Amino acid sequence: MGKLFAVVLVIIALASAYPIATRMYVMPEDISTHGHAIDDQLSDTMKEAGFSFLGAQLVLAFFVFKFAQRKEGAKLTHLPGGAKLVVTVAFIIVGAEVFALGVLGQKAWANVYFTAPRPDALQIQAQAGQFAFYFRYAGVDGKFGAIHPDKIDEGNQNFFGLDPANDIESRDDIVSGELAIPVNREVHLLMHAKDVGHSFYVRELRIQQDFVPGLDLSVHFTATKIGRYEIVCTQLCGLGHYNMKAYLNVMAQDDFEKWMKQKASEL
Amino acid sequence: MSSTIYRPVRTRPPALRGSTVPAARVAKVLSGAEGASQSGIWVGIFAITMSFAAFTSALFVRQGSAADWTHIALPPVLYANTLALLLSSATLQMARRAVTADPSIQPRTGRVGLGWLMATLALGFVFVAGQFEAWRQLAAQGLYLATNPNSSFYYVLTAMHGLHVLAGIVALALVMGRIVASRAAFRKSTFEATATYWHFMGVLWLYLLLVLRTKL
Amino acid sequence: MEETSAQQAHVHAPPEGFLRKYVFSLDHKVIGKQYYALGLLAVCMGMVLSWLMRFHLVWPTTRIPGLELLSKAGAPGGIITPEYYLSLLTMHGTLMVFFVLTNAPFAAFGNYFLPIQIGAEDMAFPRFNMMSFWTTLVAFLVLILAFVIPDGPPISGWTSYAPLSAVGKDAGPGMGWGMNLWGISIAIFCIGSLLGALNFIATTLDLRAKGMTLMRMPICTWAWFITSCIALLAFAVLLPACILLILDRTAGTSFFIPSGLVISDRLQPHSGGSPLLWQHLFWFFGHPEVYIAILPSMGIVSHILINSMRKPLLSARVIIYSMMSIGFLSWMVWGHHMFVSGMNPFSSLLFSFPTLTITIPATIMTLIWLGSLYGANIRINSASLFALGFISMFVSGGVSGFFLAQPSIDIVLHATYFVVGHFHMVMGVASIFGVFAGTYFWFGKMTGRMMNETLGQLHFWLTFIGTYCIFMPFHYLGLVGNIRRYSAFVNDFTGPLMPLHKFITIAALGTGAAQLIFIFNLIYSRYKGAPAPQNPWEGTTLEWSIPSPPPWNNFGGKHPVIYHDPYQYNVKGSKGDYIMQDSPEPSAD
Ligand code: HEA
Ligand code: HEA
Ligand code: CUA
Ligand SMILES: [Cu+2]
Repeated sequence: MGKLFAVVLVIIALASAYPIATRMYVMPEDISTHGHAIDDQLSDTMKEAGFSFLGAQLVLAFFVFKFAQRKEGAKLTHLPGGAKLVVTVAFIIVGAEVFALGVLGQKAWANVYFTAPRPDALQIQAQAGQFAFYFRYAGVDGKFGAIHPDKIDEGNQNFFGLDPANDIESRDDIVSGELAIPVNREVHLLMHAKDVGHSFYVRELRIQQDFVPGLDLSVHFTATKIGRYEIVCTQLCGLGHYNMKAYLNVMAQDDFEKWMKQKASEL
Repeated sequence: MSSTIYRPVRTRPPALRGSTVPAARVAKVLSGAEGASQSGIWVGIFAITMSFAAFTSALFVRQGSAADWTHIALPPVLYANTLALLLSSATLQMARRAVTADPSIQPRTGRVGLGWLMATLALGFVFVAGQFEAWRQLAAQGLYLATNPNSSFYYVLTAMHGLHVLAGIVALALVMGRIVASRAAFRKSTFEATATYWHFMGVLWLYLLLVLRTKL
Repeated sequence: MEETSAQQAHVHAPPEGFLRKYVFSLDHKVIGKQYYALGLLAVCMGMVLSWLMRFHLVWPTTRIPGLELLSKAGAPGGIITPEYYLSLLTMHGTLMVFFVLTNAPFAAFGNYFLPIQIGAEDMAFPRFNMMSFWTTLVAFLVLILAFVIPDGPPISGWTSYAPLSAVGKDAGPGMGWGMNLWGISIAIFCIGSLLGALNFIATTLDLRAKGMTLMRMPICTWAWFITSCIALLAFAVLLPACILLILDRTAGTSFFIPSGLVISDRLQPHSGGSPLLWQHLFWFFGHPEVYIAILPSMGIVSHILINSMRKPLLSARVIIYSMMSIGFLSWMVWGHHMFVSGMNPFSSLLFSFPTLTITIPATIMTLIWLGSLYGANIRINSASLFALGFISMFVSGGVSGFFLAQPSIDIVLHATYFVVGHFHMVMGVASIFGVFAGTYFWFGKMTGRMMNETLGQLHFWLTFIGTYCIFMPFHYLGLVGNIRRYSAFVNDFTGPLMPLHKFITIAALGTGAAQLIFIFNLIYSRYKGAPAPQNPWEGTTLEWSIPSPPPWNNFGGKHPVIYHDPYQYNVKGSKGDYIMQDSPEPSAD
């Protein structure tokens, strides 16, 4: 039985590692300026953790194979070095990993969160609500009109609760169901939650950030590849959570301007 | 499948046998229960402290989370209540003295320190009544549980503390009952534990009063 | 001190009558079994829910005959609606975390064996003990009541994030009374667990027999003790959180609900609350809770491994100290669940570091277990197989935790199936393996009959392979970015993942079926099993020094005296290959 356990465990360990080693399941290639740091971090961790995983499983299998169900009265021995050895090894190996990945690896995080958006970054407001995203561009005046929750009315398309009648700034605000952005230009996304918590996740951008009601959060990123990418909601927000998505449309600069003009004319 | 050899436990030499109850009456001995009630109550106090710490930190976070933090004037009756609670601790101390002083406490207790206990219980009720009065006065000012964050926290904190005091009152009443009935069931340790708890209620209230005064 | 207190001890006669003996019993052994039964009931419900979930995810339009009886609205014509999926999910998580993993390894085995292993006749406060079980049972009933009320169970997950969980029925189906019941149930559960933890601590501190120094306590006793210390603090925080949540829902306060929320076209009458406050309170409890779930299993597994290896661990102390440091560190890491929650990004780093540091004591424990296997003569049986399986599972799940612990990686892996894979490995399998091992090991002691070995080992192989097939692939899905808590996979990229999802579902149904072997074994052995000798595994600790099942007062009124450290196996110059803890025979120490 012991031998069988060892064999099964080895098979399981290798089978578990196989899809990882052959990169069967991976994120799509990243299209952001900060993403590569995260990807490197991930693959480093994958190497070290994968090593630890296989190491631990194979050692377990080997010891069980060798030391299970020996003949009665077999002489029992102790691991040379004993607990001291084990503890030192743990401290050295894991300590090193914790330091390497935990401490040095923080720059990937810093890239995303500890840098201010460039002043000329394109400001877009994202609103998450059950169960759709809406995006608002400030328009020619470069100012967002104020939000009046009481004026929100899906019926006549007033998703943000704007008040064009009294508020000039809101009159030229462009509202869109898809997030259109120019390529290679930094975007500063101002996040606003209409009802409950939601989240903004674009795999290709390597960006995930929750919308928290009552908190003005923001993220900034630069997309480097033209194309349409899926924006999904990753924070449980109710019965339509699974169905809450929108598209990120990364366009060439002039296409983007065309798009803006066209949207503006629709107002 | 391991070989299952059955081995009887060696019978130990009498010298080493642990203390046993007379074989005559086969009964369950709650050894160490005396000490247990003391450490039990301290562990309990620890937990209660933790949950009020949680309430307080919630208060701080909530204060920072929005600009709607106002101020409410505490009803003066609170100070009277405070006095009552502190007094009750004093009277309880007197009772405790009397009880612990009396050597004949086990197994017959008589009615030692009963008067003091009565006083404690009475003061306890005064405190609770006073807290209700305080609520009434706030309500009279139109301050209810949901009026504003400050009033919310006021009601929550006082209510939680009040519940714990009521629990203390029940415990005290039980202890008194046992003294009156002077059953062997009366245990100093239970009394001691109850006393510790009661004093803690006083301390906890002082802390809460401080929070209410400075924060609300 | 036992001496003196024994003299003036307060004595009461053996329980008479069915009610006192089996229902409202003050006997820690009966209460332990009651907890076990409750855990078993909860795990079976949770498991069935998980089958329904898995089924719906891959065959959303296939009818499940008779399901409409469970809920007319939730499964019209036996087809699960997306929102009902979330109800199932919430109940699955809640049942499993609270009513299975806090009850089975901790409350059940702890109640039964902690007093015995320290040589006490009972818990310090038998009445509290009874109360804590019955409170827990009430909490359970209140929770499952949500299945029968028209509103149905809540849909906000076991984490019940505000404001979704706080605004009431506007938030969706099940968020009216269903959610109220959830809040009330968990609040009651907290009270029960607090009473229990208090009892465990006082018992361990004060009821130890003569010679039972703290360091002579078996490792599982230590685990239960440390766990109760964690539980005492954790539930003391969750209780206030639940109270505030219930007030927000029913009394119109605004602790967690900010201003200006428009939910199903209604402007909510709340203002100024902080959703993150709930997350902080919940995870301040929630993270320690996950160690509450694993520590008892670690203890049980160490206990069983030593017995099957027939030699002590490289160092029992190191294991104990590691468990302590895990317990201690678990208070500084709750924010690792909130890396992308909008919390201050600097604090993410502050939370990440202790989280990574926790892997050090965890690694030490793992390596101690592994290193101790070297040079042993491991007896293979159902119990030891599950104990060995535990190590493997803990490693797999723990390693995935190491990814999530790094904020930068968590940006892409948060809320994906990678997380689901992680916590099922450690919690859904490792901890449960601890329970299985404990069951096969102690069943004889608890019931007087041995469990069937053949069925036991069959159960092990199916479960071991099955759970790997279920939960390893979750990690792969997560690496592609498959989001959790989705009732259906409608994203463009999830199509190609469906075969893997199908595989998981089939594995889940199979593994679930394999659990029936276990349940059958339990029932069969309870009545038809071979009579259990007093010390079937040739163990050294006190539970093996008394008959199986033990008499109602454990040691027949005697007070055992302890002479040795708990694990005197393969001691030079001793007659057998082991020495009982309470035998005066001289030994190494
Ligand atoms: C039994 C329960 C249990 C246990 C023991 C753990 C253990 C750990 N968990 Fe886990 N965790 C959960 C239950 C548990 N977790 C649950 C339920 C959730 C999700 C809640 C929800 O959102 O619903 C969660 C989520 C969770 C998150 C949040 C993910 C997210 O939502 O984005 C994180 C992030 O840091 C994390 C980290 C860790 C770490 C670092 C450990 C460490 O303690 C692991 C340490 C162990 C090892 C490392 C393995 C042994 C060591 C070796 C083999 C040696 C070498 C290996 C290395 C150095 C890598 N866990
Ligand atoms: C103990 C914890 C536990 C256990 C055992 C399980 C068991 C299982 N879980 Fe679950 N699960 C959770 C805890 C657990 N889960 C939690 C906390 C969540 C998150 C909820 C949320 O997001 O809010 C979750 C969510 C979750 C999801 C994610 C859904 C989503 O995000 O959309 C899925 C998906 O497949 C799933 C599947 C399964 C399956 C197939 C099983 C099983 O069927 C596997 C087979 C069963 C076993 C191997 C154990 C059986 C044990 C016994 C029969 C006896 C034990 C004896 C005693 C306890 C006395 N679970
Ligand atoms: Cu919005 Cu999930
Ligand atoms: Cu955690």
